[in-house]
Amino acid sequence: MKPKHPLAIRWFHWLNFPILSLMIWSGLIIYWANDAYFSFPAWFYEKAHLSFRLGEGMAYHFLFMWFFAINGICYVSYTLFSGEWRELVPGRGALGQAFQVVLHDLGIRKEPLPPAKFNAAQQIAYTGIVLMGLGSLLTGLAIYRPVQLSFLAQAFGGYATARLVHFLLTVGYVGFFFMHVGQVIKAGWPNFKAMVTGHE
Amino acid sequence: MNNDRRSFLKFGAAGVAVAAGLNGLMSVNPHLLNESITRKLLGARRLAPTFPRERAKDPKENGNVGLDEDVTDWSLKIDAPGHPSRSMSLDEVKALPRVEMTTELMCVEGWSEVVSWAGTPLRHIAPNDAPEYVSLTTPDKLYYVGLDLDSALHPQTLLAWEMNGAPLTPEHGAPLRLVIPVKYGIKNIKRIGAINFQTTRPPDYWAERGYDWYSGL
Repeated sequence: MKPKHPLAIRWFHWLNFPILSLMIWSGLIIYWANDAYFSFPAWFYEKAHLSFRLGEGMAYHFLFMWFFAINGICYVSYTLFSGEWRELVPGRGALGQAFQVVLHDLGIRKEPLPPAKFNAAQQIAYTGIVLMGLGSLLTGLAIYRPVQLSFLAQAFGGYATARLVHFLLTVGYVGFFFMHVGQVIKAGWPNFKAMVTGHE
Repeated sequence: MNNDRRSFLKFGAAGVAVAAGLNGLMSVNPHLLNESITRKLLGARRLAPTFPRERAKDPKENGNVGLDEDVTDWSLKIDAPGHPSRSMSLDEVKALPRVEMTTELMCVEGWSEVVSWAGTPLRHIAPNDAPEYVSLTTPDKLYYVGLDLDSALHPQTLLAWEMNGAPLTPEHGAPLRLVIPVKYGIKNIKRIGAINFQTTRPPDYWAERGYDWYSGL
């Protein structure tokens, strides 16, 4: 057994799961009040108890956002100071290599992938999700205090546009989640175990 | 294998502890904590962005609580501790310095609209020794909002009588309403009947229904 994932990264990763879930849950309660981009069916809001709770949804969203932000800042700082970022940030030619990963995962490319802690597709996904997190934080602050932080709202094209970007990023997280869980299932138990115990 | 089992047990225990912690956070009312953070960090110091007059549109007529009573003999009642009660007619309010501005009205529901207003800053009717809070109520007292003094005295907080170049319609709060761009729409009370400067935090219609009392933008 050799060490794979440092303890700090496992903490940040697993803490993010309930925190982001709470953010999406409270975000949907808020979205219910003005579902301008896409209307979920009424039964969805009712079954999930998301209707008529706007005040509560805002309260929780504006509380847990600080945990989301702090956890994200800790994660990024840790990867920077530990040097772990070298494994995570895509290098030159990552796009081409990521295409090979996709071909491999689809069973089109038969040769094994070059050995690395994270392949190029993972690097792009894991760096992209951090940038999306930053986007959620900034658009979130822009629509949280659009007057006092009006420069942020303006940077995203105004209050209404910042709100749309904030929503689309959440759609992106849900997409990432399904892709991520699918890949974890495909990679098998030892890979999942390493994210809990740290060893593979 | 033993090590793995220990790691999973620790993982489970940490999971239960985190879940309990988050659940504990959810059982407290977070509004007051959120308010103390956002008030200290940002307050109501900066000016709201303004827009060209041509971008203004009529906002939705959201909210009609407190608008039923007849207002033919309307007057604005003003109270402050240490000052005699006074009352102002609409013409007296209109005689105060007129300000026109085009700002974005933002609803807690999530929509927003650029609207042009004319009125006078609320600070023109505030006493110099105004205490910490301001309460505004409709003539029938059915709708009421509470404001912190900083937000009430913000230069863009207007007692408005015109919207998009025309006198206010009853649905938008005739004869006089509050326009306060540093707050959500719920604080922009229509048809003000009384303004009370006071030392205690005033009740607020939507705060009593689960919304943030501060509701700052």
